[in-house]
Amino acid sequence: MLSSGALAWARANLFSSIGSTFVTVGCVALAAYLLPQLVAWATTRANWSGTDGAVCRQHQDGACWAFVIAKWDYLRFGSYPLAERWRVDAVEAIGALLIVWLLWTNAPRRTWGALLFFVAYPILALVLLRGSSLLGLPIVDTLLWGGIFVSLLTAVVGIVFSLPLGVLLALGRRSSLPVVRAASVAFIEFVRGVPFITILFMANNLLPLFVPEAWAPDRLLRPLAGIIIFSAAYMAEEVRGGLQSLTRGQYEAAVALGLNYPRMMALVILPQALTLVIPGIVNNFIGLFMDTTLISVVGVTDFLEAMNNAIKDPVWAGPTIMVTGYVFAGIFYFVFCYGMARYSAHVERILAKGRK
Amino acid sequence: MDPASAKRWSWLNDERARGLICQILLLGCIGALACGAIYNAVINMRARGIPTGFGFWNDVAGFDINLHLISYSNLSTYGQAFWVGLLNTLLIAVISIPLATLLGFAIGVARLSPNWLLSRFALVYTSIMRNTPLLLLLLFWYNSVLKALPGPRQSISVGDVVFLNNRGLYLPMPVARESAPWFLGAVLLAAALAIAFRLWAQWRQDRTGTQAPTVLVAAALILGLPALVTAALGAPFVFDIARLSGFNLRGGLQVIPEMAALVFGLVTFTAAFIAEIVRAGVLAVPIGQSEAAGALGLHRGLSMKLVVIPQAMRLITPPLTSQYLNIVKNSSLAVFIGYPDLVQIFAGTVLNQTQAAVQVMAITMAVYLVISLAVAMALNLFNARYTLKGR
Repeated sequence: MLSSGALAWARANLFSSIGSTFVTVGCVALAAYLLPQLVAWATTRANWSGTDGAVCRQHQDGACWAFVIAKWDYLRFGSYPLAERWRVDAVEAIGALLIVWLLWTNAPRRTWGALLFFVAYPILALVLLRGSSLLGLPIVDTLLWGGIFVSLLTAVVGIVFSLPLGVLLALGRRSSLPVVRAASVAFIEFVRGVPFITILFMANNLLPLFVPEAWAPDRLLRPLAGIIIFSAAYMAEEVRGGLQSLTRGQYEAAVALGLNYPRMMALVILPQALTLVIPGIVNNFIGLFMDTTLISVVGVTDFLEAMNNAIKDPVWAGPTIMVTGYVFAGIFYFVFCYGMARYSAHVERILAKGRK
Repeated sequence: MDPASAKRWSWLNDERARGLICQILLLGCIGALACGAIYNAVINMRARGIPTGFGFWNDVAGFDINLHLISYSNLSTYGQAFWVGLLNTLLIAVISIPLATLLGFAIGVARLSPNWLLSRFALVYTSIMRNTPLLLLLLFWYNSVLKALPGPRQSISVGDVVFLNNRGLYLPMPVARESAPWFLGAVLLAAALAIAFRLWAQWRQDRTGTQAPTVLVAAALILGLPALVTAALGAPFVFDIARLSGFNLRGGLQVIPEMAALVFGLVTFTAAFIAEIVRAGVLAVPIGQSEAAGALGLHRGLSMKLVVIPQAMRLITPPLTSQYLNIVKNSSLAVFIGYPDLVQIFAGTVLNQTQAAVQVMAITMAVYLVISLAVAMALNLFNARYTLKGR
């Protein structure tokens, strides 16, 4: 019975017509040719140990994971001082804990988690990473920051600040006050109309000109400002979609209950609108995380730039080493982005259940 | 409460007065920020000796650009460098958009295929592309594929016509002969006649119901007329094929590796997003539409062509347009691999040489804004025309 079920499925989905049969055979042949080679390249034929690129230059038919292992500390921390790296570990661990708390849909007291993540955590992270003479933590200049933790930091800063700013901009765009509306529309359309790189150039080259010389922002702060501005405009459009999809009745009912504008938004409209657009917001987060790779254009060493630097190390020069480096970077970004996408699909299913 | 204080508070409770105050405050903040920024900028620029005008536009640039569609040398001005960069950006868009559309639609259709395996393959492709940064793709193609190719003397060649090496892709370049204008004229005439025949056939079908073999007639016209001209006057083009001379290939149409990597990266990346848009658009057409088409006796192909695709296009066009804009904007990643686009030449080299950051960034951003807003306006016209009109 089971086999006839499987056979019936195969007949309907793989061999329904002559053309479909050809396609199936072609796909199977392609997979049978490529997959074993890929797997062997990444595992059995790969070079796992070595202190320089000599082994990998000798055996060029496999990946050079020894390179990634040897450079792992640099890829994670950049040039952050060795003795202070526990601070990065601590910030990452606390961040991971808070994010799990926020993402776990049945977790207790999620409001507290949100408050900690959006308010307390950024301050704590800043103090720990940068250092503070009051607490006896040596100050680490942002010039030395680099690697995975800078990529994650940029993404988290972008997410934490762009979401509230995006909500404000979306409310501004839907406002009945013409000046507020015009200012929001101008900001959103301007930012969405230009490439992210030009925003980064602007933040890097123009921001220091627009403030008194003594206030010139830190060189890591400039691209962070750029990414917040950029992401907020896209976030605003997502939130606006949610605001527009609510029926008038929700607004009218809130007004009829005597709620003023801030309470109407905070208690009735935004909770519904934001829930509706969670998938879109997560998609924006994915885009933001991928866009963090561009900040290297203004001289910040993010993960991809650290990988680029590691590849250029003459001790580890070699064709397979470069490919391995990029493949590893690809896996890193894929794991984070695909994870976010799956989570978003999961939340969407839960919400769809609630709406039925 | 005395009447005076009641009166004093009443305007604060008036929604319109509060709105007015809010807006005045916002305007004041924006104005103060703008004034402060301009004031600081002027002071800072004077202190650093940065030019404040657009005088640099006509100064000699003094650097070379390895790809220019208009005449350019290192004696040309910054203004000419700007136009070279802008044209190079548009060149990438013009090449990438049709290719990305083709690949995207193909993958989108594969994703919708009844064949489970093909649809899985398409899913794997879109998942990988949509979750990998474009910059990583570009660096991978440029550094570890194109730059790792053999040198000119060991070029990979396809039938000794197309060559691929670490200096780029060499295609045969068509060189016009004296009969070329006649040939082009024949092509245009054939296209015009084919369109006229199509219109006439539609008109006749509307009146009498008789169908005409439009495709056959159009194919005969478009292939036949130029073929006749070629037979009468000889070949309109000769192809200049790259040859090895010394240590390099000469002749042919050279596509520099930076451009090949940029186009390849943009096309493969954007195609994944277009595929998802196509899939969502087709799936959003209610199943009743294709069932009704089936009930009318249309087979699957005709029902797709006449019923499903036209309705899906209405949903596909707006996000597809924004993907096209994304291609234009993402082509600025050229700066990472050294393709001479607007950002690399103008916001990069020119900015560094002239130090005129404010002016250069304003011009660069204005170019992208104009493109984006023009496309947005065209899209609004499209939407106004094709949105379903409710009663």
